[in-house]
Amino acid sequence: MVQASDKAAHGQSRPSGHTWRMSYDADIVIVGGGLNGPALALALAGGGLTSVIIDARAVAPRAEAGFDGRAYALAIASKRLLQGIGVWAGIADKVQPILKITASDGLSGQGPAPFFLTFDHAEMEEGPMGFMAEDRFLYRALMDAVQRTPGTTALFGDGVVAQEITTQGASVTLASGKTVTGRVLIGCDGRGSGVASRAGIARQGWGYGQTALVTAVHHASPHGGTAHQFFMPSGPLAILPLAGGHHSSIVWSEDATAAAAIQGLTDTDYLHALRPRFGDFLGEIALAGDRFTYPLSLSLAERFVMPRLALVGDAAHGVHPIAGQGLNLGLRDVGALAQVLVEAARRGEDIGAIDVLDRYQRWRRFDNTAMALGMDAVNKLFSNDNPILRAGRDLGLGVVNAVPGLRRGFMRQAAGLTGELPRLLAGRAI
Amino acid sequence: MTHTSTIDPAEVAKFEAMAAEWWNPNGKFKPLHMLNPCRLDYINTQIAAEFDRDLSQAKPFDGLRILDIGCGGGLLSEPMARLGAQIVGADAAARNIPVAQLHADQAGLIIDYRHTTAEDLVSAGEQFDVVLNMEVVEHVADPLTFLTTCQALLKPNGMMICSTLNRNAKSFAMAIVGAEWVMRWLPKGTHDWAKFITPEELYSLLRQAGLEPVDRKGMVFNPLGWSWSLSSRDLSCNYVTTSIKPNAAQK
Repeated sequence: MVQASDKAAHGQSRPSGHTWRMSYDADIVIVGGGLNGPALALALAGGGLTSVIIDARAVAPRAEAGFDGRAYALAIASKRLLQGIGVWAGIADKVQPILKITASDGLSGQGPAPFFLTFDHAEMEEGPMGFMAEDRFLYRALMDAVQRTPGTTALFGDGVVAQEITTQGASVTLASGKTVTGRVLIGCDGRGSGVASRAGIARQGWGYGQTALVTAVHHASPHGGTAHQFFMPSGPLAILPLAGGHHSSIVWSEDATAAAAIQGLTDTDYLHALRPRFGDFLGEIALAGDRFTYPLSLSLAERFVMPRLALVGDAAHGVHPIAGQGLNLGLRDVGALAQVLVEAARRGEDIGAIDVLDRYQRWRRFDNTAMALGMDAVNKLFSNDNPILRAGRDLGLGVVNAVPGLRRGFMRQAAGLTGELPRLLAGRAI
Repeated sequence: MTHTSTIDPAEVAKFEAMAAEWWNPNGKFKPLHMLNPCRLDYINTQIAAEFDRDLSQAKPFDGLRILDIGCGGGLLSEPMARLGAQIVGADAAARNIPVAQLHADQAGLIIDYRHTTAEDLVSAGEQFDVVLNMEVVEHVADPLTFLTTCQALLKPNGMMICSTLNRNAKSFAMAIVGAEWVMRWLPKGTHDWAKFITPEELYSLLRQAGLEPVDRKGMVFNPLGWSWSLSSRDLSCNYVTTSIKPNAAQK
């Protein structure tokens, strides 16, 4: 809370050194308690900055969920960040290493085409290509770390109804009437970011007319740690290996109308629609998780920062969830923003000043925009039934596969190891 | 205020005219805001090394008394206060003081800003662990007298950090033609190139002033990254030095 009790009596002639003090509930107010918010709070705590995480939702249902199939493909760089902020140990025995990725072009009703683009972890120095982590385990590990880390406070079950940015600080008012103040306000509140809209930051969006159907399947044959991405005419189908060997997470994209129809089917008919797309290479399949749908769209905030305000993850850039890059990009934002803020604080700078926050925007904006547009282009190229494009794609994929250097470049990109890495993502202390 | 002063009155007038713009990172003092992280990195590293402080801790400069001479709007004083130092910001331009004080008050920082000169601080018997003497010496009428006065303000084993501009064709092109005429970052006439000082000249002046120079680094602008960085080799334009006041008892 702002304490300005003795501020009134000052004129030009006041004694030198006399001052009034302003104090804050925490250095940083984070709105959004999903995955990026808690990760940011932990990264900041590692650099000595305190934070309060606010979310309208309660922690319990998500952390205590049963198996529902929701999972993320964590890049190596993301794993390093989670290690650096003390979260990895909490999920290390619950993740599935991704040892191999195949990408292939699929014909309607005919399964994958013969040219497979294969990425094998044996070609990478860093070990597995990535790790599949279930949402409930990752979320629980993050919240456990927040609970035991001094300087991080979680205020859940109470949403933000108003925010105010002043020259020296930021404050948010919650539904309960409580006020929380800090030097910087960070929006980790997703593509519908209230922090961004209350600040008047406009967004640009592109819809695809596509919807992702997300679920999990049990398959008779073990997946062997291999992830598959089939580019079908209607959209990509990703099969991502989950811990245990016989479960995989499915991200199945269809045009919006078809997806709505599929989502409306009974489990039996849903599985019947999935089978020809999935193929039979893992033996008999059965539904093993809840069924979710996510409309696919791209959403970029016109700017990521303002004085005393920054946006992180989907609040800044919502991307198409191909290859699980949404969370990986978000964790890169987390690493970059935490590093910028901690460095500024150690230098004695005002951490909410626009020239400080601009460093984060310059660092992340190009990367995120390139990734968003890149995935958009990949998706448009592959979601097309034009026979000439198909021939080119098959050949193109085959060529990439035949040139190890090119393939390693793709792999390192997908593993999040290219570009200027924030220290936490490079496995170093902040 | 009347006093014997090394400040050239024409120089003070030029900075007074710019005082209100101090805290706008995209205003007239943009080059100084851009340079600030680089010179803070240098200052903090030198102070931490000399006084054995850990920069990863909160308020590492707790207990150190620091003078920011020519403090302007407080671009260096505020970071020093955040790092825990007991800071005096002195400026010969009266108009800078209320601007700086107001800004520090709003930020909740305790800073002792004074409209005074180095000479008057000596007369008042003030002593400091560190004197920050940044981008000032090229504006004074008599650099040796000024540096000797700053030396007198240091406690034994105290540290002075002094930055200025080298005098050569490149610094003329960068600071006068580039920053003042082409980019219009600074008002024309901000700098008088003839007053720029080479590193060798500055080292000589520092020694004559009774200080022992121990380190110097260049501050180099990278137009691609649009930022400044420290360089051990390139002191061709902006550069910064550290000197120590020898303990008289050891002499």
